[in-house]
Amino acid sequence: MKVCHAPETVAVLEIAKPAVEFKGVRKVFQSRSGPLEVLRDFSLVVAEGEFLAVVGPSGSGKSTVLNLLAGLDMPDEGHIACNGAPVDGVNTEIGYLTQHDSLLPWRTVEENVAVPLEIRGVAVSERRDRVHAMIASVGLKGFERHHPRQLSGGMRKRAMLARTLIYNPSTILMDEPFGPLDAQLKLVLQAELMRLWSESRKTVVFVTHDIVEAITLADRVVVLSPRPSRVKLGERIAIGRPRSVHDVRFAPAFEDHYRRLWGAIETDIGRQPHDQQ
Amino acid sequence: MTSNDVAAPSRRPRVGMAASSWRVSRIWVYRLLFAAAFLAFWQFASGRLADPFWISSPSAILARLSEWVRTGTLQYNLMITFKETISGFLMGATAGVLAACVAGANDTIRRTVDPFVTAVYGLPKVALAPLFIMWFGIGMAPKIVLAAVSVFFLVFFSTLSGVREVDHKMVEALRTMGADRLTIQRCVVLPAAMPWIFTGLKLGLPYGFVGAVAAEMMASNAGIGFLTQNAAGQLDTAGVFAALFALMVVTSLLNEGLGRLEAWIFRWR
Ligand SMILES: Nc1ncnc2c1ncn2[C@@H]1O[C@H](COP(=O)(O)OP(=O)(O)O)[C@@H](O)[C@H]1O
Ligand SMILES: [Mg+2]
Repeated sequence: MKVCHAPETVAVLEIAKPAVEFKGVRKVFQSRSGPLEVLRDFSLVVAEGEFLAVVGPSGSGKSTVLNLLAGLDMPDEGHIACNGAPVDGVNTEIGYLTQHDSLLPWRTVEENVAVPLEIRGVAVSERRDRVHAMIASVGLKGFERHHPRQLSGGMRKRAMLARTLIYNPSTILMDEPFGPLDAQLKLVLQAELMRLWSESRKTVVFVTHDIVEAITLADRVVVLSPRPSRVKLGERIAIGRPRSVHDVRFAPAFEDHYRRLWGAIETDIGRQPHDQQ
Repeated sequence: MTSNDVAAPSRRPRVGMAASSWRVSRIWVYRLLFAAAFLAFWQFASGRLADPFWISSPSAILARLSEWVRTGTLQYNLMITFKETISGFLMGATAGVLAACVAGANDTIRRTVDPFVTAVYGLPKVALAPLFIMWFGIGMAPKIVLAAVSVFFLVFFSTLSGVREVDHKMVEALRTMGADRLTIQRCVVLPAAMPWIFTGLKLGLPYGFVGAVAAEMMASNAGIGFLTQNAAGQLDTAGVFAALFALMVVTSLLNEGLGRLEAWIFRWR
C-alpha cells in the first residue's frame, strides 16, 4: 500500500512557490590549465518543501551548484534566488552539510552542535536543552562529550546533521553526505534522514552519485550533464510516502526510474575531459 | 639548553609499558649521578686545580644562595625579574596574536606592513635596550618593554602562519551558519592557530626573559640581571654563579608552566 502513486502531491509541488531558483547560470573556474567552464546556461527550480536529488558524474559541478546556492561562490552569469531573494552574499537561510568534514576538532559534539545557537545568541540554558534534544534525535546520545576524532565517519555525519538542523534553516543542502559510508550504515542513516525530513518537510537539495539513494529519498531527481553542465534530465519519483528505505527498490515504479536515470548517466561516464576530482 | 631539557618530557608521547617507565626512572638516576659527579669534581678542583677566585665552588655558591634566601635578597630580585618577564611576555604575546589576526584577515594590510615588520624583526632586540632605558628610566618599565618586543615578533610570525593555514571548510561552514568575522576569528581561526601560537609562545618566553635580564644588566637596581652584574662588579664569583643558578631555576619554572598550560589546552587531541 505504501507504494501507491500520489498524483495530488505531484500537482501541489508544481504550483508551490519556488524555494530555489537558478536561471541561466554560468560558472567558470580559473585553473592552472586555463579556464574551466563548469556550468553553462544552468537552470533549476526547487519547490518549497521539495526533496530534490542531484546526480551526475564526478566533476560535473554538483558541489559547485551547492556552493553557489550557499553564496560561498558567485556565478559569472545568470541569477540565483533563494526564497524569492537574490543570493548575493553568504546565504544564511540555508543549512549546508558539506561533502568534507567541517566539525571543529577542538570542540566536543555538544559544543559543535551548539555553534549555530551561539552565533544567534541563544541563552545558555535554552541552548543546552535544544542541543541535547537534537543530539538525541540524530542518535548520538551518550557521545555529547566526545571530540570528533573519537567518532566514526557515520557519527561525524550525524553530528554535522545535528549542527545543520538545530537552527532550523528553511532549506538544507547536503553534498554526498553518506558517500563514504558502508551500505548498511547508509541505509540506517537514510531512514533517519527520511524520518527527520518528514517531521519538518523542509526544502532539501541532496547531491549524491548513488542513483538508488536518489530514488529512495527524493521527490524528484535531476541528472547533470558532463561539463559544462546543465540539467540533462528531471525525473519525478512516483513512489508514495512514507517510504521504507529497504522496500523502495521493490516498488513497481522503481525499475523504470532506475532505468531512465541510469540511461541518462551511463552515456556520459568517462566522457568528461581531464577530471581532477 | 636547560630550558630544552625541562620542556622535552612534556612533549614526549606517554608510554604506559613497564619497561619504558623503568627506562625513564633509570635515566633520572643517571642524571643525578651526572650532576653529583660534576659538582664533586668542581668542588675538588676548586683550590686544587684552579683558583677559587675564578671558578668559586659549589659549597661557596650554596652558602651565598642560602645567605640570599635568609636576607630575602634572592626572593626580592627573583620576583622583580619574574614580574618583568611575565608582564612583558603577556603584553608582547597579546599584541603578537592580535596583530597576526588582523594581518591574517586582511591581505592588503599584511602585504603592506610585511617588509617593515621583517626589518625590525631582524634587529637584535638587545640593541633596543639603551633606547628604552633612555625613554623609560631604570625602573621595571624598560625591561618590560624589551621583553614584550622580544616576544612580540616570535608570536606574531608564528601566529600569522597558523592563521593563514586555517582550514577553509570550517570558516565557510560557520559563514553559512551566519557567523560574523569576529565570531569566525574567535571560534575557528584562533583555536585552529593555537598550536602555532604555542610554538611562538614557547620560543618567545626565553627571549622575553633574555630581554628583561639584559636590560637589567645595563641599568637597574634590582632583578637577577642586576644581582649578576653587581656581584661581578665586586669580583664576587660565588655571587655571579648563585645569580646564574637562580636564572636557570626561573627559566625552568616558566617553561614547565607553559608546558602544562599547553597540555591542558590541547587535551582534545
Ligand atoms: N575553486 C575551484 N577552482 C578551480 N576549479 C574548481 C574549483 N572548484 C571546483 N573546481 C573544478 O570544477 C569541477 C566541478 O567540481 P565540483 O562541483 O566539485 O564537482 P562534483 O561535486 O560534481 O564532483 C571539477 O573539475 C573541479 O576540479
Ligand atoms: Mg562534489
